[in-house]
Amino acid sequence: MALDEKNIKDIAHLARLKIEENEVAESLADFSSILSMINEMQTVNTENIVPLSNPHEQTQKLRKDVVTESNDREKLLNLAPRATDGLFLVPRVID
Amino acid sequence: MIEKTVSELARALSTGSVSSVELTQAFIDRITSIDTQQNSYITVDEETALRQARQADDARSRGTDTLLLGIPIAHKDLFCTQGTKTTCGSKMLKDFVSPYDATVVARLKDSGAVTLGKTNCDEFAMGSSTENSFFGPTRNPWGQNRVPGGSSGGSASAVAAGLCAMATGTDTGGSIRQPASFCGVTGLKPTYGRVSRWGMIAYASSLDVGGPLAKTAHDAAIMLNAIAGHDPKDSTSVSISTEDYTQSLDAPLTNLRIGLPRQYFSKDLDPRVATIIQETARDLEKLGATLVDIDLQKSTLSLPAYYVIAPAEASTNLSRYDGVRYGYRCDDPLDLEDMYTRSRTEGFGNEVKRRIMIGTYALCAGYYDAYYKKAQKIRRLVKQDFDNAFQNVDVILSPTSPFTAFELGAKKDPVSMYLEDVYTLGVNLAGIPGISVPAGFIDGLPIGAQLIAPDFKEGLLLNIAHQYQQNSDWHKQKPSISKGVK
Repeated sequence: MALDEKNIKDIAHLARLKIEENEVAESLADFSSILSMINEMQTVNTENIVPLSNPHEQTQKLRKDVVTESNDREKLLNLAPRATDGLFLVPRVID
Repeated sequence: MIEKTVSELARALSTGSVSSVELTQAFIDRITSIDTQQNSYITVDEETALRQARQADDARSRGTDTLLLGIPIAHKDLFCTQGTKTTCGSKMLKDFVSPYDATVVARLKDSGAVTLGKTNCDEFAMGSSTENSFFGPTRNPWGQNRVPGGSSGGSASAVAAGLCAMATGTDTGGSIRQPASFCGVTGLKPTYGRVSRWGMIAYASSLDVGGPLAKTAHDAAIMLNAIAGHDPKDSTSVSISTEDYTQSLDAPLTNLRIGLPRQYFSKDLDPRVATIIQETARDLEKLGATLVDIDLQKSTLSLPAYYVIAPAEASTNLSRYDGVRYGYRCDDPLDLEDMYTRSRTEGFGNEVKRRIMIGTYALCAGYYDAYYKKAQKIRRLVKQDFDNAFQNVDVILSPTSPFTAFELGAKKDPVSMYLEDVYTLGVNLAGIPGISVPAGFIDGLPIGAQLIAPDFKEGLLLNIAHQYQQNSDWHKQKPSISKGVK
């Protein structure tokens, strides 16, 4: 599954990252060498092996559906790059 | 005084031969004199530290006498600290001040520890040299042109150079153990879930764990006592009860079976490193342990599996940095899409972007089975490999890193940097605990031995490390930067 420069730009776009034109070739080279290291996995037969996503195979613990947190709206909005009237401000989305 | 271990300092504070304010001031003075050069710290909060020290002295005068009361600590800048900046070594969070303390920070504070500041690290813990920090690289006190390892390189180098009595670190693929090896300190990666991740900024959530970096195993045990245990705020923290990790330190090593994995001592390993670890094995044998050759057939697969799983989880975790709620936002965004893309492109460094992209690729619909699912299957094989080994041995001994600290800028291509963690990654995939203890020197640079145990056997690892340190003095060696310090 050899990648080309367009693939690199597409992957970057999916992650909302931009790769400058003069960086694409190097990025592709790095990405390809990492992938070839990763592809060593394909030599192993993993038929009938169940994937392991958590080392202790924990499942999500449930708790009672009660409010435990206080309302920290102001404290949290203070962290935002732009906020006003209790809302996060972003560039206009709908005209 | 600042060269003393936590247990020695605790005694000095308890007998009144030093106050916490004096001790804290001594560390601040030392930071002021050498850290401009070494760069172990991103933030030093002198005012808060001295205030906490005064409170500790007050508490002591009222009769409180706990082990960590008044002892100065540094936190890796991945742990949220209320009121002090938490940057993750990233431009993305360069001005971020957390509204709350991480559980690890809160528990150490409750134990009376004094927070000196926040230590440097690879951006979002992605790296093995602390060179990937927006705040510049940290230098290794054992060689100023050498890296301290990473990603907890700021913490390890601070402990080594006497810039704090102890420090916290985080370990996703070796980020506590490898810098401990490079800086000649003791670093413990606890079992996954033993220490709460709440307030520890996420890199790869199924692998991340916080733990201690200290001068001795005894000090690491004291720290683990403070931070281990269930936390209702972290649903992956385990409910299994903890123990007093200082209680088992003196147990004899008779009947202990130590496995030496053949695959970790292949012909590719630097013979000088192999010799040191074999000497460590013989030293432990003299203390009563039995050595057993074992196989970890799947160990070579840890590297590729890790470099799918960790980036996949990172790409998901780091999607939260979008310039909306907190962190960096680009100037004058044209529209929402432009704001997301430019904030992330300008806010993240190269290695973080690289891993986000690998993770994004591995999670793409068409490649999910070939990469992510495959890696998770291999993760099970790696875990089974350790489980099988532990049928016949109590612990496993290996090098922590294939090398001593390398020169700044020496590893330019990503894959050669990833190979740094070849002996440590498997432990994270399996979720089991591991410790790195100073085991010798090569050309004046320290090298660590790694001990690995089954789930929740931190007490056994600390016991073996402590017994080894009672019979060796590698951990007592000081870098020249520390010599002449009282």
